[in-house]
Amino acid sequence: MFYIYCPYCGEHREEEEFHNHGQAHIERPADPDSCTDEEWGNYMFFRKSPKGLHHEIWDHVAGCRKFFNVTRDTVTYEIKEVYKMGEQPKVVAE
Amino acid sequence: MSQKNRLQSGGRIDRSKPLTFTYNGKQFEGFAGDTLASALLANGVDIIGRSFKYSRPRGIVAAGAEEPNAVMQLGATEATQVPNVRATQQELFSGLVSGSTNGWPSVDNDIMGLLGKVGGKMMPPGFYYKTFMYPATMWETYEKVIRKAAGLGRSPNEYDPDTYDKVNQHADLVVVGAGPAGLIAALTAARGGARVIIADEQNEFGGSLLSSKESVDGKAAGAWVAGVVKELEANENVIVLPRSTVNGYHDHNFLTIHQRMTDHIADRAPNGQVRQRYHRVRSKWVVLATGAHERPLVFGNNDVPGCMVANAVSTYINRYGVVPGNELVLMTTNDNAYRTAIDWHDAGRKVQAIVDTRKNPTGALVEAARERGITVMTGSAVIDVQGSKRVTGVSVAPISEDGSKVTGSVKKLSADTVASSGGWSPVIHLSCHTGSKPVWNEDVLGFLPGKTVQKQLTAGAINGTFNTAGALEEGKKAGLEALSKLGLSAVEVEVPATTEVKESKAMALFHVPHTKPTSQAPKQFVDYQNDVTAAGIELACREGFESIEHVKRYTAMGFGTDQGKLGNINGMAVAAKVLNQTIPQTGTTIFRPNYTPITFGAIAGRDCGALFDPERYSAMHKWHLENGAKFEDVGQWKRPWYFPKAGESMQEALNRECLATRESIGILDASTLGKIDIQGKDAREFLGRVYSNAWAKLPVGKCRYGLMLKEDGMVFDDGVTSCLAENHFLMTTTSGGAATVLNWLEFYHQTEWPELEVYFTSVTDHWATMTISGPNSRKLLEELIDGDVDVSKDSFKFMDWKPMSVAGVPARVFRISFTGELSFEINVQANYGLHVWEKLFEHGAKYDLTPYGTETMHILRAEKGFIIAGQDTDGSVHPYDLGMGWAVSMNKPFSFIGKRGMQREDCVRAERKQMVGIKTIDPNVVLPEGAQAVFDPTASIPMPMVGHISSSYWSACLGRSVALGFVKGGLDKMGEKVYYPLVDGRIVEAEICSPIFLDPKGERQNV
Repeated sequence: MFYIYCPYCGEHREEEEFHNHGQAHIERPADPDSCTDEEWGNYMFFRKSPKGLHHEIWDHVAGCRKFFNVTRDTVTYEIKEVYKMGEQPKVVAE
Repeated sequence: MSQKNRLQSGGRIDRSKPLTFTYNGKQFEGFAGDTLASALLANGVDIIGRSFKYSRPRGIVAAGAEEPNAVMQLGATEATQVPNVRATQQELFSGLVSGSTNGWPSVDNDIMGLLGKVGGKMMPPGFYYKTFMYPATMWETYEKVIRKAAGLGRSPNEYDPDTYDKVNQHADLVVVGAGPAGLIAALTAARGGARVIIADEQNEFGGSLLSSKESVDGKAAGAWVAGVVKELEANENVIVLPRSTVNGYHDHNFLTIHQRMTDHIADRAPNGQVRQRYHRVRSKWVVLATGAHERPLVFGNNDVPGCMVANAVSTYINRYGVVPGNELVLMTTNDNAYRTAIDWHDAGRKVQAIVDTRKNPTGALVEAARERGITVMTGSAVIDVQGSKRVTGVSVAPISEDGSKVTGSVKKLSADTVASSGGWSPVIHLSCHTGSKPVWNEDVLGFLPGKTVQKQLTAGAINGTFNTAGALEEGKKAGLEALSKLGLSAVEVEVPATTEVKESKAMALFHVPHTKPTSQAPKQFVDYQNDVTAAGIELACREGFESIEHVKRYTAMGFGTDQGKLGNINGMAVAAKVLNQTIPQTGTTIFRPNYTPITFGAIAGRDCGALFDPERYSAMHKWHLENGAKFEDVGQWKRPWYFPKAGESMQEALNRECLATRESIGILDASTLGKIDIQGKDAREFLGRVYSNAWAKLPVGKCRYGLMLKEDGMVFDDGVTSCLAENHFLMTTTSGGAATVLNWLEFYHQTEWPELEVYFTSVTDHWATMTISGPNSRKLLEELIDGDVDVSKDSFKFMDWKPMSVAGVPARVFRISFTGELSFEINVQANYGLHVWEKLFEHGAKYDLTPYGTETMHILRAEKGFIIAGQDTDGSVHPYDLGMGWAVSMNKPFSFIGKRGMQREDCVRAERKQMVGIKTIDPNVVLPEGAQAVFDPTASIPMPMVGHISSSYWSACLGRSVALGFVKGGLDKMGEKVYYPLVDGRIVEAEICSPIFLDPKGERQNV
């Protein structure tokens, strides 16, 4: 069970307070209507499943209810960093 | 029976406190301080169970968590039955009732045993897979018989009367294991000011020192242990947990500890005490000082009762004052095990011989044995054992220097006990739990903890440091390292003096050769609990299972509650030999939680019965109870389902509720509807983005129905949203979907459109909602309104809302309808709910005001063709499939969620399944929900299926059945036939029609 630092609450809390929302940094196309089916399909359905560093969205659902980003190693389950919405990761795969 | 194997003195038992206990229906006596195993051995009980597959008689082999055979069923009553308890870990108490988990008619005379003897060769690995494969339909029958024969204990048939607790803890340091290494690590960290939890699975701290004759710090080891424990207990920063197994080591230094508070006292926890605790600990650092398990050697018939692990024999002698036999043969590959022969000899019983597999052992213990006149046979091994229910003798033969073959003639010795030692396996289980791969160490002849990302330190035998002096040194070092990692200052701790014993080099031998090839030699057991033999592993390798993980699954080695504590390394060695590779090349399987079995009681804690899941009640719940409501679970809500009167069937009650509503007035408790208060200057813009229809022009005082879609265009929730003020809206959601919808709104706001100024607050519980519906509902409402508020047809229109005072209470009244009747939804602050509800009944009696529940609500809305999201939608239907294109505004400026998704190729193709009304030709037939539709009932099976029924009821108002369902291209097939073949063989003929069965023009609600 993870121990997650909420960047808004400024505290570590148990995983039970959080909910994972999948891959981070997927931006909704600014003009969906002009997307081709392929572009829209990529946005909606295609997700990474890397072995190693993964950027994902977590929601402090039983806490402050804020969404934030987590960089996590999917092999060791280490959390390398957390950062707020709109920010970019500092720890990235090579 | 007297305690024939009990010594007159010595051990950590209290001979002044005799305890009576029952085993397999017979009474025995033991002493305080005994385990069930030591007491059984003291009484000369040889057979404690039958083996899993071959039903061979089995005895106690070990003295701790690694015991594979003595797995007992405990419990004096049905309700207190506990399976899977190791006799070696169960402390004896007066009145303890225990039994073997298998063996029929008894463990001493077992019928399956004959089969094992005769058919042993006929039960190779994969026997069950190979034999019981066909026909597949018979598997369930086979399984029952196999399970009974295997006999792995049973669960109680009555409720557990005891209480269990969960405890959440935080610590600076958790020390796992309270042997010499763990104790000194904890002491060091505690002196440095760290908050420490030290846990050990045994009743007493001390680990290996409890069964050793060593001296520590110039005194008996026990005295040193007592001093350390006293200091730890006195330190307020230290939690001392005996009888507590650290069963799991999880990510981010999270540990689960199973503490047994009263299992050593009585069958049931006395005086309402908590029986067991489940500690969930988040620790900054962890010291694993889990010790090591001695490996037995693999030789012919090494499972006959009387064959034991060497150190276990010493433990029984030194700790419990029990010598489990009369004539001992010790087989060893190392010096350490010589202690067992010396202990046996010093207890006054006969050591027939020490059989050392090495050519020329020279250590101090070897000399000590020889000085006692014990025969030491070098370069030899016990290759076979005689006896069936107890060892009667052994066959000893010289072996080659590499241990691969027998080199000379076989000699027989008489013996009733065979102790064996193949060295020690570090207990690396916990280190493996987080995915760390163990590493083979050639000096230790065992696997050591590998690289880890956890904040984990290790000390003592887990590192292969098997002597006390080394363990103490490492323990202190780990304690100091923990202090430094925690940012605390180092402290002075003196490592107590111990006597150093010079040992000669051990031999790497796991599988003892026999004069015959393994496949023809007597059974050589590797894993006792799962009846896996060396021959079985060889066969598995020959059949192509070369990966150790495959060998494990094919042979079941390391399965079950045992988890391969004794057998795994030996099994890998056997596999390595067959595959002609080294043990590290063969690799190891990974241990997973839990280390030893844990009770369901401890896992559940207090989260059972009424506390398993919270129940939510509306403000009027008490009234519903008093008025005989039957309830339905909707999420966590308990909602009235229907209100039967005396003697009424469910259908009769529903008919009455439906007719009363359509003819006069019915009332529904709608408080559970999700309610989200939405405010902010961009609230309206936000609604336009998350709903499929238009919100830009909804004026204050108006309500609007909306469909919420996912990005793929599929409906996932619906509800009415009302404009309370220019920047203030109240959204309603389905009862079950409220939390999901709130999360959905927040997700889009925070991750996609943070620039919009909008705030969401869940207000579901703040309001009590009661819907009055039916032609008389306006009259009733008017009676209760305080002051002058006009609710007539023209000034309070359909889809209007108004603030007013109802029954003396401020209310928001919404003129919306889910029944198709004239309806008013009255919302008041929740704590006034019951008051207003009762006032409505007071005034409603003259209109025969009838309460109805969710079922009548479903029927009334189905008559009108209104959908229920989650019942008539399943994540694969978009608004046009539902015939609800009117709720989609394709020309809104912002591309709302779901708009682009709905335009995908698959969403716009013809012949999608569409929702329609379904009218059975025989009006009395009510189709089951889920019934599959076909166009041609004469088609061959499997028939092409073209849809299904999503809602289906008997409509008392229409005097016939009504159903909503999906049919391929259904919206263009009005009036056409469709058929429903049912599981009972009937084929129901029906006609596709409009989903609006009643009042298609909506005249009833516009009055």
